[in-house]
Amino acid sequence: MLQSLFDGILVGSVLALGAIGLTLIMHILRFANFSHAELLSLGAYFALTFDAVFGAVSNVLVQKLPWLSVTWSLACAVLIAMALTGATAAIIDLLVFRRLRRLAGPLTMVFASFGVSLIVRNVIGLVYGLRSTHYNNDIVFAMMISADPLLLVKADQIFIMCLALVIMVALHLVLTRTSIGYTLLAVSENPTLAQVNGINLGATVRLAWMLGGGLAAIAGFCYALNNQLSPVMGRDLVLSLFAAAIVGGIGSIYGAVLGGLIVGLASSLALIIIPAGYKPAIPFLIILATLYVRPNGLFGQSR
Amino acid sequence: MIGLISYLTFFFTIALILAIAVLGLNLQWGFTGLFNGGVVAFFAAGAYGLIMLGGPARANEFGGFDLPYLIALAGGVLLSGVLALVVGLATTRLRHDYLAIATFGVAIAIESVARNAEYLTGGAKGLRGFERPLEAWVGQPQLYSFLFLCVVIVCLVGVYIALEKLVDSPFGRLLRAVRENERAAQSLGKSPAHIRLTAFVIGAMIMGLSGGLYATFYAFISPQDIAPILTFQIWAMLIVGGSGNNRGAILGTLVVWGGWVGSGWALTAFAPASMQLYAGSIQYILIGCIIVFTLLARPRGLLPERLTTTQYAESSVEKR
Repeated sequence: MLQSLFDGILVGSVLALGAIGLTLIMHILRFANFSHAELLSLGAYFALTFDAVFGAVSNVLVQKLPWLSVTWSLACAVLIAMALTGATAAIIDLLVFRRLRRLAGPLTMVFASFGVSLIVRNVIGLVYGLRSTHYNNDIVFAMMISADPLLLVKADQIFIMCLALVIMVALHLVLTRTSIGYTLLAVSENPTLAQVNGINLGATVRLAWMLGGGLAAIAGFCYALNNQLSPVMGRDLVLSLFAAAIVGGIGSIYGAVLGGLIVGLASSLALIIIPAGYKPAIPFLIILATLYVRPNGLFGQSR
Repeated sequence: MIGLISYLTFFFTIALILAIAVLGLNLQWGFTGLFNGGVVAFFAAGAYGLIMLGGPARANEFGGFDLPYLIALAGGVLLSGVLALVVGLATTRLRHDYLAIATFGVAIAIESVARNAEYLTGGAKGLRGFERPLEAWVGQPQLYSFLFLCVVIVCLVGVYIALEKLVDSPFGRLLRAVRENERAAQSLGKSPAHIRLTAFVIGAMIMGLSGGLYATFYAFISPQDIAPILTFQIWAMLIVGGSGNNRGAILGTLVVWGGWVGSGWALTAFAPASMQLYAGSIQYILIGCIIVFTLLARPRGLLPERLTTTQYAESSVEKR
């Protein structure tokens, strides 16, 4: 039970990071982006590539961070991966979604996002191979925090939770203390009114994509660090991310954080009762229950 | 020659079975503007429903009632309808992309039930031992496949005519009204949520019929047959053909299915051995590209929908 709680919060904090970008885009551009989860895989694989690059460049960087299985090169690689994934998200928007916004309705964009996700996922498979890999093949031992009830914790997992917390606090500060944050919030609340007040909509949309992509890259890195890298990890996560966004209420960043934790906890606790094979279906049940009971989620407004 | 004929029979049987599902999707997306991200779930419900009801009894497991074929097929279709009702009731009142997410989710849920609930669906090994109707009576396998193709054609034509009638009826105009302007439809005293739900359920039942025929053809169904890619293939067929046009939907099915089978063949024949492992990925990328590029470059497909504003205003129509 305690272990399930811990795992739930761990998975939940990763989902929260991924769901923030999703909910932002869903709110600002008004379409459910099924390719968002592929940005998580993309970020995780970018980090893998640049980890190898930095590792080859300098010997110092191959050192591990104290306690962790993460090397300095990997830590630097994650920063590059964030920037690259954010840029990729903005480029995909430029190539596909922006054109469709002009031509057709939001559902056509949903449709195209399925196509984009198929392309991204399988290109990753082609480039990196279909087998799953790890950042680090060393065996990491878990520490036993308590024996009864059993609680096994890896230092990496604590690191992931702290990282997620730090990023969320930073995001909160950016959104509530900086003009960039105000711009984003203004556009997500009322794009037309924001434009009237002189906010550049195109630039803000680009910013939202880059922010969402950067957060997705961190989420993908955290997920891959805790589990493994595989080309289909985006496909495995997409429904949980949507569940987090819907539970929290579309457009609410804090809702997405809470929704991520709720979905993570619910999925983890449900496995006590439900056989593990049904795990992929749990987010669907959460979504269906939310839509029946509270269709606008915890913090969402009806529209 | 016999080989070619039997291959063509096989190709067209599968393609036309899929065309029925594409017609179902056309009713949902093409005419009503409902996004169904889990076509495969309703296809699977029809297929599993048929074999569970009409298949032989299995020891200690649920299903296998050995019911007459048509009753079993109708049961499968009904199962798809019920599934659509559960998803539709939750979503047709809400933001339109919620339906996309919920249907995408139902496909994943159905797949995990198919993989895991052994007492119900046979798990990963699927359900075998289904006896195809009249197979023993016909005797010769090649003749049977040909007759089966004829049955599929009859079903396809039946669904096509029924849909054309439906779309031309007042109800069909209501569907397009909801698609184009929900508020306007509402102002005429119509309930968009109710209309959307009806169209969604009917479309899902047509997909169930397609799944039932598919399971009949193979006399077998397993989780491999209901992989998520099927949804995307069916989507690609519809938009390539032209959503909102039933003839376009059938044409699109033949084109995309031909391309899928052809690219699979070409990859096995010409790709180097080291690339064979990735043949699936390449085909998936192709499907993804077809979807994205059709939406960008030719959003109305090969045979676009024929739009008429009213039957009295002939001149202003086709330009839109």
